[in-house]
Amino acid sequence: MVADPPLLLMRGIVKQFPGVRALDGVDLEVRRGEVHCLLGQNGAGKSTLIKILAGAHQPDEGVITLDGEEVRLVTPTAAIKLGVSTIYQELDLVDGLSVAENIFLGHEPGRLGFIRQSDANRATRDLMTRLGHPEIRPTTEVGRLSPAAKQVVSMARALSHDTRLIIMDEPSAALAHDEVANLFRIVRELTAQGVAVVYISHRLEEIREIGDRVTVLKDGRTVAVGLPAKETPTSEVVSLMTGRTVEYVFPPRRTEPATGPEVLRVEGLTVPGVVADVSFVVRAGEIVGLAGLVGSGRSEIIEAVYGARRSSGKIVLEGRPVRRGTADTVRRGMGLAPEERKAQALLLDQSVAHNITLAGLGRYARFGWIDRRREAAEARTLIETLDIRPGDPDRPVKTLSGGNQQKAVLARWLVDDRKLLLLDEPTRGVDVGARAELYAVIRKLADQGIGVLLVSSEVPEVLGLADRVLVVREGRIIHQSAADDLDEHQVLDMIMEGSAL
Amino acid sequence: MTEARGPKAHERSPAGAEPVDPARPADQTPAEASGTPSAGGHPQAETPDAPPADEHLRVESQARKPAASQGPLARFGQARHLGLVAALVLLAIVGLITQPDSFATASNLVNILSLASTIGVITVGMTFVIIGGGIDLSVGALMALASVWATTLATQSYGPFVMILCALLVGAGAGLVNGFLISYGRMVPFIATLAMLVAARGLAQRMSDRKTQLIQQGNELIVELSTTRVLGLPVLVYIFALVVAVGWVLLNRTTFGRRTYAVGGNPEAARLAGIDVRRHTLLLYALSGLCCGIAAVLIMARTTTGSSTHGDLYELDAIAAVIIGGTLLTGGRGTIIGSILGLLIFTVITNLFILNGLNTSDQLIAKGLIIVVAVLLQRRSLESRT
Repeated sequence: MVADPPLLLMRGIVKQFPGVRALDGVDLEVRRGEVHCLLGQNGAGKSTLIKILAGAHQPDEGVITLDGEEVRLVTPTAAIKLGVSTIYQELDLVDGLSVAENIFLGHEPGRLGFIRQSDANRATRDLMTRLGHPEIRPTTEVGRLSPAAKQVVSMARALSHDTRLIIMDEPSAALAHDEVANLFRIVRELTAQGVAVVYISHRLEEIREIGDRVTVLKDGRTVAVGLPAKETPTSEVVSLMTGRTVEYVFPPRRTEPATGPEVLRVEGLTVPGVVADVSFVVRAGEIVGLAGLVGSGRSEIIEAVYGARRSSGKIVLEGRPVRRGTADTVRRGMGLAPEERKAQALLLDQSVAHNITLAGLGRYARFGWIDRRREAAEARTLIETLDIRPGDPDRPVKTLSGGNQQKAVLARWLVDDRKLLLLDEPTRGVDVGARAELYAVIRKLADQGIGVLLVSSEVPEVLGLADRVLVVREGRIIHQSAADDLDEHQVLDMIMEGSAL
Repeated sequence: MTEARGPKAHERSPAGAEPVDPARPADQTPAEASGTPSAGGHPQAETPDAPPADEHLRVESQARKPAASQGPLARFGQARHLGLVAALVLLAIVGLITQPDSFATASNLVNILSLASTIGVITVGMTFVIIGGGIDLSVGALMALASVWATTLATQSYGPFVMILCALLVGAGAGLVNGFLISYGRMVPFIATLAMLVAARGLAQRMSDRKTQLIQQGNELIVELSTTRVLGLPVLVYIFALVVAVGWVLLNRTTFGRRTYAVGGNPEAARLAGIDVRRHTLLLYALSGLCCGIAAVLIMARTTTGSSTHGDLYELDAIAAVIIGGTLLTGGRGTIIGSILGLLIFTVITNLFILNGLNTSDQLIAKGLIIVVAVLLQRRSLESRT
């Protein structure tokens, strides 16, 4: 082992994106036949690192060696040829094709463009046997398979190339408990055959069970290399992940707990399979933060409250229950800044002004006729109030930076009186300076008496901005208390391991 | 950018106030202005804050510039229409050269406008549907059905006003069915309106027994829409103009129009902004159907008949006109004026081919080429902008 060079060695990897230094000197060392776990909070740089390994991004600096030889992973194909396969979080299978067709997509066995289907089928059967799933037949359409079976197909695809290293990005996220057990069995068999696995997961208990060694990333740097996965205490791992170097400036919190009237009361909210029996209250002037992992049900809670998602249970806005459908909740005074700003909130080709006035258009209209002067004046006022730059109302919104786009989305809900604002990852893709401004805006809105329900993957953000924190795990609220009574460490502990205080 | 930057730099820089080299150009950049004063005597005071000030100016001047001309989108829109107008002018010149005696005559121009009126009204409705992210293949068939329904003996016995009302109701009603299938039945617009195309044509054939139904005596009022002239133009051209004007206002000045762009451009964002996307979609198809009803009245006026063969392939002409006019087939972008210009280009081409006694097959080839060229040109101008 000592004499052998490691299978994969990454040294001083730097990757710069416009406005963000996503990776700032990352080291990674993976040995043959090990399960190497990659840990880090959202935004720590895990996804970027994976994409570099997969050949989807090119590093700006740094050296990658495979089996002691320096390599350049210029394209995904080049990475695969070198024996590095990646299984992404969102499985990239074609539902309409068969299992065998998916596995050999792009490298079909055959000649002159004619696929030798019998060869493909035979190879698929061998792979499935190797993975312990002979019941998945080569001719079955992938769209009919369960998420777990699709995972196996993805893995078979990785193995259909001559693979030395498989990268798995949160492979357990879509799986039920017993399916995870099967996944682990497959991983163990692979490593027994000498294949190395880079395993990414937020669940510490999984890492303990399957992992050999752990590398921890924080703010684009490696903070720990090759920790033993089984022995390192949780507290040490968590404190490595937290205590960030970038300090955000948060506006001062309320000095006393909010006693205003209840704006929102949620009782027994259930979204089948995602959210189970969730109850909470948001008061006027209060910022309530939902802390939880991606997939914990936090975004679904917000969408259900907004009427954008089917749910059962009681949602009461200012004493009256709301009906399903966003038309009703918006009329009653809710506003949502959704997670995917570009896909879910903005009309990218339209002007800043038109984006701002979209939801409150009825306010400037008489019998459907828009009073354009009032509309423009109001848009200009809001652009000034929120300091959206550049301050030209007629500029297409797609030319603005992420932070200013987000302000435009917030401005949409300030056109008329809102009672409750739902903010899903309001600072995603927003650089550090603009974040402080957004925080100040959100706090100012709460001070004006609006109730705010905030979702963020970044625990410090929830703790810094919210008055009260609800911790969400696996579709349930497992803890709630004032933000002052919690620290990042405790919250991460609860989010990741479900341990109560 | 230099105009906005130059004078400001001089205000800021002491170098401007000092007796400096007169040969220095007036529109020098601030970098030069803050770099040279070292000879003038204030070397250190200015340099540190110069770059941010410059950056600020740059951003400001960029932001200010488009505002003066009502935004880059508006400017671009005008430029695009300019291209269509130029194409139209070019065609007119070709007409004047090849047929100097017959092209520029009043009767020929009236003829072009009358021809354009029927499809033009349909094109207005189609523009709404396509901007709203859909497509309506059933327009020609709906117009035929409305014309047949309005000219049955039973309907005709109630007089011309009921006939008109009947045509409008049939069109709007069938449009509502389209809209209902698409928005609440979650059918793909292409399929739902294709089914309507086939079914409406069939129903029109059954109702008329595949016979052409003449407008009876006593109901000539409808025919008079095409024979009566005001200021030299038949009334139906005014109806066409009115529909265009109302359509323009609806699209550009009302919440309905604004929401149409939103629903077509990003339906998810529209839904999350509290817009009832389904109801809006339903209304768009009803609007398109209503336009078919109006078009049915115009074709009845022009041909004095109702027939199940009216409006064959009108859907293709209408869609082509909308696309040539610069509306994106994916929705969210487009203009009524563009669509109408696109339609006029098509109509003038048809007219030129007929005047020059050319083959109708060649005419179809020319039209196909024009669609391709128009879309290629638009894509280029779109790309150069972004």
